[in-house]
Amino acid sequence: MIEAVGLTKRYGAKTAVHNLTFQVRPGMVTGFLGPNGSGKSTTMRMILGLDVPTAGRVTIGGRPYRELPNAPRQVGALIDAKAVHGGRSAYHHLLSLAQLSGIPARRVDEVLGVVGLQDVAKRRSKGFSLGMGQRLGIAAALLGDPQVLLFDEPVNGLDPEGILWVRNLMKRLAAEGRTVFVSSHLMSEMALTADHLIVIGRGQLLADMSVEDFIAANSAGFARVRTPDGEPEGREKLTSALVEAGGQVLPEPDGALRVTGLALPRISDLAHAADIRLWELSPHQASLEEAYMRMTQAAVDYRSTQDARAGFQQPAPGYAMPGAPVPPGWGGPGGYPVLPGEQPNPYAQQPPAPPQQAPRQPAPGQQAQPPAPQDRAAAAPPPPPVAAPPSGEAPPAPAAAPAPAAPEGAAAPADLTKRDSEDAR
Amino acid sequence: MAVVTQVLGSEWTKIKSVRSTVWTLGVALVVTVALGVLISALVNNEYDRMSVRDRLVFDPTYVSFTGMGLGQLALIVFGVLVVTNEYSTGMIRTSLAAVPQRGIFLFCKIAIAGALALAVGMVTSFLTFFAGQAVLDGHRASIGDPGVARAVVGGGLYMTLIAVFSMGVAAMLRGPMLALGILMPFFFLISNILATVSATEKIAEYLPDKAGQKVMQVVLTDDTSPYGPWGGFGIMLLWVAAALAGGYAVLKKRDA
Repeated sequence: MIEAVGLTKRYGAKTAVHNLTFQVRPGMVTGFLGPNGSGKSTTMRMILGLDVPTAGRVTIGGRPYRELPNAPRQVGALIDAKAVHGGRSAYHHLLSLAQLSGIPARRVDEVLGVVGLQDVAKRRSKGFSLGMGQRLGIAAALLGDPQVLLFDEPVNGLDPEGILWVRNLMKRLAAEGRTVFVSSHLMSEMALTADHLIVIGRGQLLADMSVEDFIAANSAGFARVRTPDGEPEGREKLTSALVEAGGQVLPEPDGALRVTGLALPRISDLAHAADIRLWELSPHQASLEEAYMRMTQAAVDYRSTQDARAGFQQPAPGYAMPGAPVPPGWGGPGGYPVLPGEQPNPYAQQPPAPPQQAPRQPAPGQQAQPPAPQDRAAAAPPPPPVAAPPSGEAPPAPAAAPAPAAPEGAAAPADLTKRDSEDAR
Repeated sequence: MAVVTQVLGSEWTKIKSVRSTVWTLGVALVVTVALGVLISALVNNEYDRMSVRDRLVFDPTYVSFTGMGLGQLALIVFGVLVVTNEYSTGMIRTSLAAVPQRGIFLFCKIAIAGALALAVGMVTSFLTFFAGQAVLDGHRASIGDPGVARAVVGGGLYMTLIAVFSMGVAAMLRGPMLALGILMPFFFLISNILATVSATEKIAEYLPDKAGQKVMQVVLTDDTSPYGPWGGFGIMLLWVAAALAGGYAVLKKRDA
C-alpha cells in the first residue's frame, strides 16, 4: 500500500507536483497516467525517497521509504531503463544490485530467465535495444521479490509481444496480492492493464477511480451524420429536426453533425421525413484515449504549434493548406465536447474561460483561396491558450479529494471544448 | 553491519565489471613507470655534466617518481569515473533506492575504489622506484637508505589520495566533464604554474599535490619549507577529508 498525502514538490519557481493525495492498494494494478512533464516521474522518485517532498509525505506500508527496513526486499522499481552502465553486462548489473540488497546471486539468473534475457546476460548492455533495456529494468525491479512494485513507463520501446508480456506480468504480480503501480502516458495501454487509474496533469490530481468507472463515465456513443456538401440548408433543416426530436447536435469540423440522444434508425427516419439525403450515418464510440485527452488537455505542457514554414517557398499545389477543410473523421477543432450522458470531469482544473472562438475552418463550399506566403506567416497560429496561471504561485487547487464523487454538473467544462484548432492534428 | 558488507560486495562487482577501471589504472601504472624510467635514464646521462650544487641535492628516489606527475592524471580519471558513472548512467537512483543510507553507499564506494587505487599505487610506486634505480646505475639509491622506504611507500599513498580526492570532488560536481574539466587542468597546469611563480609559491606549497609530493622526497632541497614529509602528507589528507565531506554533504542533501 502506497499512500501519498498532500505531496508537493517544487523546483525553484516550478511546481512539479502539487498537493497529490492518493492511495495505491495491493492486489491490483494501479495505472498512473499523465502527459509528459505532468509529474509522474517526480512522484515516483518521491515514493522511493530519492527526492524529498517540499511538503506532504508519501509512505509505503505506513513508513517513508528511507525508513523501511531492508527496503529493496519490499519495494522494487523500474525508474529508468537506460540507467545502466553501458560497459557492464546485464548479469553484472543485476549482480551488483542483488549484492546491494543482500540477495543471493542465483536470484539473478532467475530474473534473467523471467524477462528472457538469459542468452544476452553476459553481453555488455551498451548494445541493448530500448526493449531489452526495459526488460533489464524490470528484472532489476523483480530481484528482491518485493510486495510493492513501481514501474515508470515500462512498455516504452517494447514490441507488441513485449507489451503483452509486460501486461500479463503486471496482472500476475497484482493477482499474487502485490501492489503494482505503473505509470504511462498511454490511456489505451492502461485501459487493458490497470484496474484502477490515477490521472494527473501539471502535477495535480485529475482523477482517481477504477477503470470501469472511468470507462462508464467517459465513453458515450454518438452518431455521425453528414448531409451532402454544398447544401447547408439541408444541414440546418436536419439539425432543427433532430433537436426537435430531442437529440443533441454538435457540428463537426468537416461539416458533419455529431448527434447524441437519438438512435440511428430514428435519425434516418427523421431525415427521411424531412426529405434530406444523407451521405453518412455512422455509429461511433468516444474512445478512452479521447476522454483522457479531454481530461488532460488543459494540463499539457508541451504542445506543438503548426509549422508555418514562413521562410520557405509556397508549397507545391496539392499540399493541404492551413485553413483547408480537415479530412473527415479527423478530430477537428470542434474538439471533444462533453457529451450528454457522460460525466464531466470533476477534477479538471478550470482554466479561465476564453471567449468562444469561431472555428478557423471556412464553411464547406466556400473553398479557401490559398493565402499568399506572407499572409500565412501572419496567420501562424496564436500561442496556445494558457490554461493555468503561471505556476509560480500555487494554482487554484482543484478539490484533491480522491473520492470519485458524483459530479453534479459542476465544472461544466464548456471551456474544455475549446481547442486550439491547430493542435488537433 | 550487514549493509556495509553488501554494499562493499556490490561496489566490487561494479568496479571490476567495467573496462574503464582496467584502462585508467593500467595507464596510471604504465605511464608512471615508463616516464620514470625514461627520465631516470636521461638524468643518468646528464649527471656528469651537472653542477656540484645540483649533484649535492641529487635525489635519485624523487627522480624515479617524476612520471607520477602524468600518471596521476589517469588516477584522477579513475576516481572521477567511479563516482560520476553512477550519475551519467542514472544508476544512482537504482543504487540509492536500494541503499537509502546514502553515507554508507558513498563511503563504501570510495573505500573499494580507494583500496584498489592503493594496491595499484603501491605496485606502481615500488615498480617505478626499482626500475628507475636500475637505470640510474651508479647514482642509485637503495631501499635501505634512510628515508627511501618512507618515500616509496609515500608514493603509493600519494597516488591513492589523489584518486580519493578526485572521488570527493566528483561526488560534489556529479558530472564527469565538469569534474575532469576542473581537476585535470588544476593538477596538470595550475598547481605547477602557481609553484613556479614566486609570488604564489608559498600558496602552492599548501595545494594537495604539492604538499603530498613532499613525502616522496628523500633529499630535502630547501629548508624553507614549513612542513616535513609527513606534515605535507597531513595537509593533503586534510584536503581529501574536505573533498569527501563536501561530496557527502551534497549527496545527502540533494535529490538524486
